[in-house]
Amino acid sequence: MITRTTNPEEQAGYKPGSEKDSAITIKGIREGLLVTLGDGDWETLQERLLKQIEEKGAFFRGARMALDVGNRILHAAQMGALRDRLSDREISLWAVVSNSPVTERTAQVLGLATRLSTPKPERVIRQMDTQLPGEDAILIQRTLRSGFRVSTHGHVVVIGDVNPGAEIIADGNVVIWGRLRGTVHAGAQGNEHSVVCALEMNPTQLRIANLFYAPPSKKKNKGAEMARVVKNEIVTEPWNTRRIRGGE
Amino acid sequence: MTAKVLTVTSGKGGVGKTTTTANIAVALAGLSYKVVCIDADIGLRNLDVVLGLENRIVYDLVDVVEGRCRLRQAMIRDKRLPELYLIPAAQTRDKNAVSPSDMVRLCDELRNEADWILIDSPAGIERGFRNALAPADVVVVVTNPEVSAVRDADRIIGLIEAEEKGPARLILNRVNMNLVKRGDMLNADDVLELLAVELIGIVPEDEAVVVSTNRGQPVALDGKSKAGLAFQNIARRLNGEQVPFLSLEEKDGFFARLGRMFRTGGA
Repeated sequence: MITRTTNPEEQAGYKPGSEKDSAITIKGIREGLLVTLGDGDWETLQERLLKQIEEKGAFFRGARMALDVGNRILHAAQMGALRDRLSDREISLWAVVSNSPVTERTAQVLGLATRLSTPKPERVIRQMDTQLPGEDAILIQRTLRSGFRVSTHGHVVVIGDVNPGAEIIADGNVVIWGRLRGTVHAGAQGNEHSVVCALEMNPTQLRIANLFYAPPSKKKNKGAEMARVVKNEIVTEPWNTRRIRGGE
Repeated sequence: MTAKVLTVTSGKGGVGKTTTTANIAVALAGLSYKVVCIDADIGLRNLDVVLGLENRIVYDLVDVVEGRCRLRQAMIRDKRLPELYLIPAAQTRDKNAVSPSDMVRLCDELRNEADWILIDSPAGIERGFRNALAPADVVVVVTNPEVSAVRDADRIIGLIEAEEKGPARLILNRVNMNLVKRGDMLNADDVLELLAVELIGIVPEDEAVVVSTNRGQPVALDGKSKAGLAFQNIARRLNGEQVPFLSLEEKDGFFARLGRMFRTGGA
């Protein structure tokens, strides 16, 4: 994303070109440039705008432009043509603001924003890509022995074993870096997407949401496994099948 | 002398806590340590019976705690060994007659007079267990190779950790090598894999223990029986000695016996 350093105070009311273009107002806003088109013939205004852009090439190059067309009704061909021509001049048209529902719909069809505030959340999301907010989880760095119970609204991570007689109840997922031999209830508030992972899956009892899984009593699998809900049934499978969430 | 306080506990009843306490006490005394045993199982005492000192009880633990006698007066000396004493439990009271802080005070009073103070804990996880645990420096958990006993041992080890008295050490009592061999009994590895604590002894099932317990003559008085030898090894390990594990000794013994059986069968 190209961010232009524009000072709103300085740019407010800045009119490249001459005073005769009162129908075209160009303003620096946080999201880039806001061009407001006043009354007048669409084709004429468009040509004048492009002429201004060419005159002040360096100023506009790489800009993100929002266009306020007032009550004007624009059709897809018109709006698309302008977008392409702006694009030829290295300007990206990202929004068309209008009081006309027809124009708004046209903009939406072309994938353009119709409100100037939309880029704001977009920016926040961009930050979250690298810095995830995370979810509540508790870490237990010990073996959970018989008689111990962990109950939480978040997720649970255990580094250690969960012995028979121990109990974990979580609204989210349960991940055990160790042997699971006790009782685990994941997604206790009914979330069937919750999973239970363990390096050795030999639970006394396993529950996900409202489903119940009584493991086979003589199980010899020693590998890491994940238990999840597939078609209203809890299944466990070795983690390396690479089918995590594949059954949705 | 600054005594170490060792508490023997198990969670489950009937796994051999009292027998283990008596035998470790006898074995430690046999190594010339001064040992004081305290029976914390108030209301259900039997350490005195196992040690064969029942008929000499005058005062008990509750009498000491409630100030009816001096500590010395309640200490019964075992005449078979140079320095082995027992403070018996009261039979007519319950566990609430003594508090954890009473036990800490009592043990602190004894610390300068002994090398080892052994506390026999009652079964369960209630007041009596907490009384026995409160003064402990070392905690030994006794279990049998049975699923229910191991489950309770796991629970009690967790409670010991929670009381910051851990890590507990484990004695696997009454291991029947024939059953283990046939795969009908949990073996030491199965138990240790679950409990994940330090093993300080494996005591084989031995008829000699039953006989000696009934007579009040702990097997560890002499090392003639396998169980007696096992308890003597535990006492040495408690003193930091490296003693080969009885699981191997016992296995060797078993194979040797098996070999003998085959030889006699062939002859």
